[in-house]
Amino acid sequence: MEHILEVKDLQTSFLTSSGEVKAVRGVSFFVNKGESVGIVGESGSGKSVTSLSVMQLLVGTGKIIGGSVKLNGRELVGLSPKEMRSIRGKEVAMIFQDPMTSLNPLIPVGEQVGEMLWSHDKSLSKAQREERVIDLFRMVRIPEPETRLKSFPHEFSGGMRQRVMIAMALACKPDLLIADEPTTALDVSIQDQILKLMRSIQKEMGMSIMFITHDLGVVAELCSRVLVMYGGLIMEEANIYDVFENPLHPYTMGLIASIPDINQDKSKKLQPIIGSPPDMVHPPEGCPFAPRCPYACRICLHQLPPVFSAGEGHKSRCWLLAGDAPSSGNPLKGRKGAKE
Amino acid sequence: MKEETAVLQVKGLTKHFPVAGHKVVHAVDDVSFSVSRGKTLGLVGESGCGKSSCARTIIRIYEPTAGKILLDGDDISLLNQKQLLPYRKKMQMIFQDPYASLNARMTVHDIVAEPLKAHKICSSRKEENEMVSDMLARVGLNRDHAGRYAHEFSGGQRQRVGIARALILKPELVICDEPISALDVSIQAQVVNMLRNFQEELGLTYLFIAHDLSMVRYVSDDVGVMYLGQLVEKCEADEIYRHPLHPYTAGLLSSIPVPNPRLAQEKEKSGLEGDLPSPIAPPSGCRFHTRCPYASSCCREEAPELKEASSGHFVACHRIHN
Repeated sequence: MEHILEVKDLQTSFLTSSGEVKAVRGVSFFVNKGESVGIVGESGSGKSVTSLSVMQLLVGTGKIIGGSVKLNGRELVGLSPKEMRSIRGKEVAMIFQDPMTSLNPLIPVGEQVGEMLWSHDKSLSKAQREERVIDLFRMVRIPEPETRLKSFPHEFSGGMRQRVMIAMALACKPDLLIADEPTTALDVSIQDQILKLMRSIQKEMGMSIMFITHDLGVVAELCSRVLVMYGGLIMEEANIYDVFENPLHPYTMGLIASIPDINQDKSKKLQPIIGSPPDMVHPPEGCPFAPRCPYACRICLHQLPPVFSAGEGHKSRCWLLAGDAPSSGNPLKGRKGAKE
Repeated sequence: MKEETAVLQVKGLTKHFPVAGHKVVHAVDDVSFSVSRGKTLGLVGESGCGKSSCARTIIRIYEPTAGKILLDGDDISLLNQKQLLPYRKKMQMIFQDPYASLNARMTVHDIVAEPLKAHKICSSRKEENEMVSDMLARVGLNRDHAGRYAHEFSGGQRQRVGIARALILKPELVICDEPISALDVSIQAQVVNMLRNFQEELGLTYLFIAHDLSMVRYVSDDVGVMYLGQLVEKCEADEIYRHPLHPYTAGLLSSIPVPNPRLAQEKEKSGLEGDLPSPIAPPSGCRFHTRCPYASSCCREEAPELKEASSGHFVACHRIHN
């Protein structure tokens, strides 16, 4: 398989008055050609910072302090802003959570999408650009594209604005599309429309998608592989079926137990994960999930677990997978991929 | 549902907001329902369907344009603010955004104690302190938290403060306006379980507003579905998920992402097409006809009434009643 994106030991921090916030603390993963990978995590888990680091769009005091990001085999960390500009949009594009604040309210949407085309190909005439924009609008199913391209963002609904954002991201046929919670601000009905659209466009264009979300349901609909992040680290990596059917990290297990199943008996209480996410200025010394983990042992509080491999492509950062982990009370006992 | 046990009854509630050009936004149009003591009614719908306006009108943040609001049998829709005061003690609200709904300049103690002061419940400072720390303990916060400010807390903890503020007066009716939408998944379950425990313990009645249909099923006894300011379907919670009758309800339900990859990626989903029309000029006849796959000429002309289709299952759709 050809890796479009390869991230190795990425570390990103924000320098604040109260200290260094280690938002991403050594994250490694890859995205194959034509694959859609989901990154799941709560707010503060580092999932958005990971995607912004890939795009080199960190603002303020945010800084990549270590690791490498390779796109199509080319190292992105350390590139000049000018070099990065020629890659962004063309090889990797991004759609954001809030389609209202991501669009300029003073410029017609067609012109904003056209600007994307123009910045990567100055030879296009105005008429050619307009034609391409109409094609793009048709692809993302915006009705009456010829007239709608002259509309302003406030004349569109949330779902339609997100379609404009997708059209803009797809304008230069990127190899990788990063979608950072693109449906979180939308209603379920509109979310469903956007997910269907993304699925069909991916099939058509064969691009790779990195889909960032907090919603495991959305991941189940769209992705073939999942990375679960917590406390700036990848806690578990597995294909979509293993994540739901054979999770090997207590955090993943907790996340799945805390979503209500629409078919579930409602007399059963939901099983929440107790406590709240860690403070990233002073991240816990051991496993970041240990203070909330029902299975935490002494070692979990003091030593960060390494990544254990549990079968093909399935990895988990949890001491329960260690060879000498206690077998009594171990929730992973007897599970596929876990140690005997 | 017997009338006399209903804590809240809403009859023909209407709320129109005037906008520029002598037009009105039809936020809530002729909505009627009742909630029995100790039960939960879930109100669902897309954003802009009027579910929050409905809640805010019931608790009289907004003045109703028409209709009756009966709290324990007393009509509160026409009372002035002073006359409302004793009723305010019986109905409280938990808001969606735990960041915006807590005063940043007040300590947690002051926030939770404010309802006590407004209703002059405590005779001494000591009694007030006791009630506040007792309430904080019940929502899982401790004494140390009382002196802190809202910005020192996480979203889940802030929502606990909001819940403490709403419940300290021991209300009968609590209106929860999307209390969990702004929270992380792992925290949502904590808050929902807490709300359920309080209901069992204190016999609270909830009006639970949310757009997350799977959570609504989980907390509600009955569910009402709203579309463009109108109630289009209402029945017992499990029934609405098993046998949705209104095409809008069916569309909404099939839009929910299923947290099961084998079902999710294989099924062909119907979902809903198009966007919500403008509530300034709602479509004629059945307001859903512009997005309905089954719409006929009768739907375009005549508005369907909310009628009982089977025992306890109310729906407003020509297709069901003809």
